[in-house]
Amino acid sequence: MTAIALKPKGTPGDVLAVVALSVVGLVWSLCAAAFADDGPFRIHAYVIMGASVASLVACIAGLADGRFVNRPDRYADDVIRAGVFASLFWGVVGMLVGVVIACQLAWPDLFYFPSAGWLNFGRLRPVHTSGVVFAFGGNVLLATSFYVVQRTCRARLFGGIASWFVFWGYQLFIVLAASGYVMGITQGKEYAEPEWYTDLWLTIVWVVYLLVFLGTLWKRKEPHIYVANWFYLAFIVTIAVLHITNNLAVPVNVFGSKSYDVFAGVQDALTQWWYGHNAVGFFLTAAFLAIMYYFIPKRAERPIYSYRLSIVHFWALIFIYIWAGPHHLHYTALPQWAQTLGMTFSIMLWMPSWGGMINGLMTLSGAWDKLRTDPVLRMLVAAVAFYGMATFEGPVMSIREVNALSHYTDWTIGHVHSGALGWVGFISFGAIYCMVPWLWKKQRMYSNALIEWHFWISTIGILLYITSMWVSGIMEGLMWREYTPQGFLAHTFVETVAAKHVEYVVRMAGGLMYLSGVLLMIYNVWRTIRGDAPEEVTTSDLAYPANAVAAE
Amino acid sequence: MKFNHGFFERHSIALLIGIVIVVSIGGLVEIAPLFFIENTIEKVEGMRPYTPLELAGRDIYIREGCYLCHSQMIRPLKDEVERYGHYSLAAESMYDHPFQWGSKRLGPDLSRVGGKYSDSWHRDHLINPRSLVPESIMPPYAFMADRPLDSHNIDAKMRALKVEGVPYTDEMIADAKADLNAQADTYSDGTKLKKHYGDKAAQRDFGGASKVTEMDALVAYLQMLGTLVDFSKYHPERPGNSR
Repeated sequence: MTAIALKPKGTPGDVLAVVALSVVGLVWSLCAAAFADDGPFRIHAYVIMGASVASLVACIAGLADGRFVNRPDRYADDVIRAGVFASLFWGVVGMLVGVVIACQLAWPDLFYFPSAGWLNFGRLRPVHTSGVVFAFGGNVLLATSFYVVQRTCRARLFGGIASWFVFWGYQLFIVLAASGYVMGITQGKEYAEPEWYTDLWLTIVWVVYLLVFLGTLWKRKEPHIYVANWFYLAFIVTIAVLHITNNLAVPVNVFGSKSYDVFAGVQDALTQWWYGHNAVGFFLTAAFLAIMYYFIPKRAERPIYSYRLSIVHFWALIFIYIWAGPHHLHYTALPQWAQTLGMTFSIMLWMPSWGGMINGLMTLSGAWDKLRTDPVLRMLVAAVAFYGMATFEGPVMSIREVNALSHYTDWTIGHVHSGALGWVGFISFGAIYCMVPWLWKKQRMYSNALIEWHFWISTIGILLYITSMWVSGIMEGLMWREYTPQGFLAHTFVETVAAKHVEYVVRMAGGLMYLSGVLLMIYNVWRTIRGDAPEEVTTSDLAYPANAVAAE
Repeated sequence: MKFNHGFFERHSIALLIGIVIVVSIGGLVEIAPLFFIENTIEKVEGMRPYTPLELAGRDIYIREGCYLCHSQMIRPLKDEVERYGHYSLAAESMYDHPFQWGSKRLGPDLSRVGGKYSDSWHRDHLINPRSLVPESIMPPYAFMADRPLDSHNIDAKMRALKVEGVPYTDEMIADAKADLNAQADTYSDGTKLKKHYGDKAAQRDFGGASKVTEMDALVAYLQMLGTLVDFSKYHPERPGNSR
């Protein structure tokens, strides 16, 4: 794929590279469909065949129309607009599946179908987690990183249509992953469920993503690389390392879906949680911190609180995060020295996390009044507040004695969601509310009132979600270890399941409220793009010029 | 500050290299030693690779995402050991590609479920969990009961695992399909199966129909979980086993 990088501007070398790759994909998928070792793999071969054909048609049609003209004087914004749509689409899909599986746990008799195994919790749960983390979150990161890197470098995206390749390649990865889960194609490792060929495809896409990002940095007209780009770069590079290492596997058949992970047992466990925790650390934290470092200063019209704190925050965060994985394996068969290291660094991680939070919040110095009038800024700031809360709760839960209670319980689920719904979700929504008027050249979002509704309905939804999970998690943890005065275990396991019913209903309601907020946002975005925003503009909800450059 | 951070801000490759170095340290220090320190995995008696039928059952366990609700890792805490049995050893998952320790107990731990219930209990429970446990929130797996087990590539699976270090012999791989069928059939000759996997390898019909179904494979896997290690010969206080 380096062919894309080496071609000079103005020639369709990038298009030829995509055409060549599509031909390879077509030939490969024909062979794969012909020699498929299992049914689901054959279906995936057809999906890849369809994608290859679509890509060829798009390239040839584009070449015929002369559509691939490089405009170095313009930002490449179409791919970002597509990224906004993809984020909203996958956000609804991922969260809807989340609500469905929450219903399954609350009302198993109504939401399970004995003859439709593909709708069972075990198959849908990865669709939910991958759907919200990689599909929704990933598209938000693609879109915002392409937006931020161009503005802060004052350069068009590098590589011609390479950014489109990254976008569509990533959507193909999502489709392969999610359809694989419901068909039972999984590696059996949390958050790394896609099988070997889907992993290989993501690796290709990710390398091109890195090249597009780096190439844009090389073209920059600003002498310094802006802090948000440090975080995006760390995210892209580290995710590549994690993804490749944790997914090393031996396929059973080159034309079959099944593979076996090269690591086993205890080594596999630590590799997996080194990966899993840093998917949180670099995908869901570092990359979304990049959003914080660009969009909060822009929206608040204030410079970042402290340059020096940004430097310390960045290096300390990425150094310490990597060590924290073993806290997922307390009291397991993992050697205790590794558990202790993991716990120590998890507690240390509190400091850079809060350093970043302080840097984000204090950026509002002198602009705090905007929280009253601008619901978008309030959403961004609430995200940082949830970040602070989740990154305090995390170190607490990583202490072995606390973890003895919290591990295996719903407390962990609540913790993840305070980070995912509160931090990742809100910072993403805030960025989308900022970007939509900027990208579609509108003065403002269609309705501020709807953003207010979105903010409050989602905030209450999050609170219902995390409080119900605290209650059910701590309750079940205590019930598991409760003894009768005679010295017997007080509860059978299933009693602890039955005890959580009310909390599961509340959790489902919280999730449903959060999803409703996203639907409001989609309506608002649609009306904004259609140009239905009312004319009158007050200073407080004034949007910013589309081509503005970030304050450094 | 003597060092000027501006260097990293002006040189993207320096920044890139800096990031790679900084994020590599933790992983190298924590993970790499697990492959070299000898007492990471305890010395135990009784561990053997999965029989072909158990392996097929384990692949179904993975396919259905059972690990998302059931752990296979008993912690050395009083209540867990009383509820589930001896705490789990690293040795017990040494042939598990991938590990299935899990992270959440929406259902109980399964690392020692083997032998706790009858085959027909498992079968009925998998078909409709609430028929036996009314409060259960587990999904039904009725479709497995009469779906024939697809074992056409069981030998290829064992070959892949052998490449990764699971001690399957060429003979075991050559006899894979015969062993698989023999294990699920009480009336067949199980001599080779026992020779390959030891006398404790169960040979039953696993509550299923005459043909080998997915249910048979899954039940065979569940019924051997946690039964391999001989704990009468395991001494946790021995230096090699202290962790």
